[in-house]
Amino acid sequence: MRADLDLIKEWVEPGKRVLDLCCGDGELLHYLHKEKQASGYGLEIGPENITECIAKGVNVIEKDIEEGLASIKDNTFDTVIMTQAIQIMMRPDEIIDEMLRIGKECIVTFPNFGHWRARGYLAFRGQMPVSKFLPYTWYNTPNTHFCTFKDFERLCVERNIYIMDRTVVDNEHQHRWWIHLWPNMLGEIAIYRITK
Amino acid sequence: MPAVIPEDSVGIVQPQKIEFNKPLQLSCGRVLENYHLMVETYGELNADASNAILICHALSGNHHVAGYHSLDDKKPGWWDSAIGPGKAIDTTKFFVIGLNNLGGCHGSSGPNQLNPETGKPYGPDFPIITVDDWVESQARLADHFGIEQFAAVIGGSLGGMQALQWSINYPDRLRHCMVIAAAPKLSAQNIAFNEVARQAISKDPQFHDGHYYAQNEVPKVGLMLARMLGHITYLSDDGMRSKFGRELRSGQISYDFTPQFEVESYLRYQGERFSTEFDANTYLLMTKALDYFDPTALEGKPLSEVLAKAKAKFMVISFTTDWRFSPERSREIVDALVDADKQVSYAEIEAAQGHDAFLIPIPRYLDVFNAYMQRIEADTDSMTSKGAF
Repeated sequence: MRADLDLIKEWVEPGKRVLDLCCGDGELLHYLHKEKQASGYGLEIGPENITECIAKGVNVIEKDIEEGLASIKDNTFDTVIMTQAIQIMMRPDEIIDEMLRIGKECIVTFPNFGHWRARGYLAFRGQMPVSKFLPYTWYNTPNTHFCTFKDFERLCVERNIYIMDRTVVDNEHQHRWWIHLWPNMLGEIAIYRITK
Repeated sequence: MPAVIPEDSVGIVQPQKIEFNKPLQLSCGRVLENYHLMVETYGELNADASNAILICHALSGNHHVAGYHSLDDKKPGWWDSAIGPGKAIDTTKFFVIGLNNLGGCHGSSGPNQLNPETGKPYGPDFPIITVDDWVESQARLADHFGIEQFAAVIGGSLGGMQALQWSINYPDRLRHCMVIAAAPKLSAQNIAFNEVARQAISKDPQFHDGHYYAQNEVPKVGLMLARMLGHITYLSDDGMRSKFGRELRSGQISYDFTPQFEVESYLRYQGERFSTEFDANTYLLMTKALDYFDPTALEGKPLSEVLAKAKAKFMVISFTTDWRFSPERSREIVDALVDADKQVSYAEIEAAQGHDAFLIPIPRYLDVFNAYMQRIEADTDSMTSKGAF
């Protein structure tokens, strides 16, 4: 299992109703269903991913979340999850608001643009960072809304979003003790558990 | 005619007529004292009768879903692309039932069949039939085969509506419900198209208020117009553009009212063929069943509350260019199911063929279909191993 998913699953209690936005091939939901008796759905737009979810027995709904989640009522889900996709959204703030409306709590993971490698790339080369982890160039990247941990936490303060838990990992999704000394500089992937 | 029967075909099939003598109370208030259904089955029912799949047909469909009646058949059954050995609905694993619905014109009790009370065709006296009535008659058909619970009830268009109604009326009698290119109820526009079709038929001088059998006539023109109109709603603008464009049959316009554009002659051909194969009274009945379909009508509650009692797992599929029952209409079903906390998956298939797409083996459609059928199969296997019921 992808390591960030491995961390997230610890934050979902057994028997909960989960919505996974941009659920990919349904790996996380499949696990949560099998091991934690979670119910719920994944939303996805990739045809191959959708077929893969169906084959796995994961309930998947073809839906472009950029078109909104208005059809879902308030507090329908216990947990709404979005992994590594917030930065590709047109309006990340609106999506987070919607996630917090339809779910009692949310789990969000995203790449940290404040990581020292990204900072160094821009500072010394004068170019937008390209790395193994973020392989796109500025003109073709789907990642249109990069942020740093600090930026994200500032949004949380502005919107009165309560951070229940957070953790930071490197690009191999490993915890390293030293990351926590200066997470915004040393952490590559942020994992937040938030609620209103 | 197929030179040889393809290996993935169910082959030569034979319909059977099944009689029912228990009176059937209909939604309209009338009772059918006895009736019969034309049925085809493919594959073998397993020992615990857990591998049965019911196929519900759409407006002009019937019991001949797959295979051939004889080597002289020009075409196989109407959903042959999906049903057969190794196909999405694999007849080596499932026992598949197709039937001609009550009120149909392909051998089941309906307007063109003899009314046992009078010895004459029912004609317009055949009662109005609803989707609820069909589900009831199909449940009795399941009883006939000793099927307590279907592995799945599957249908497209009006057939999808029957599948949805099944999940509400008999929550314990199906494990999976596949609702394809359907809608939770008809829109005013849908009803309007049906009404024009009905008017075309009933205003045909050869309709004789539905008693045309005795006159040895058929309201051919009315039926043809109804079908031409219907057919336009089954295709998409894009699909028609790429299939016909403004192509002329003779290469030049002739400044008269003969059919010159390819699309004109295509529609005439379709309409004429249909008018020789289908019964006008049945067409009226089927369009009424569509118009009346509304699972929320009886209880007056939102669809999500009506679906609360459903226990099946759902697969809902729509097609991007379908404007008869557009993806928005399927999403209404999906939203209601999510609201009701039901298990549901939904795929919106990119397809140029409009409403007709549900009958066409489009690669992504087949992928989704196959993947979901694997799930139905896995659930069926676990039933058998548990020895459940």
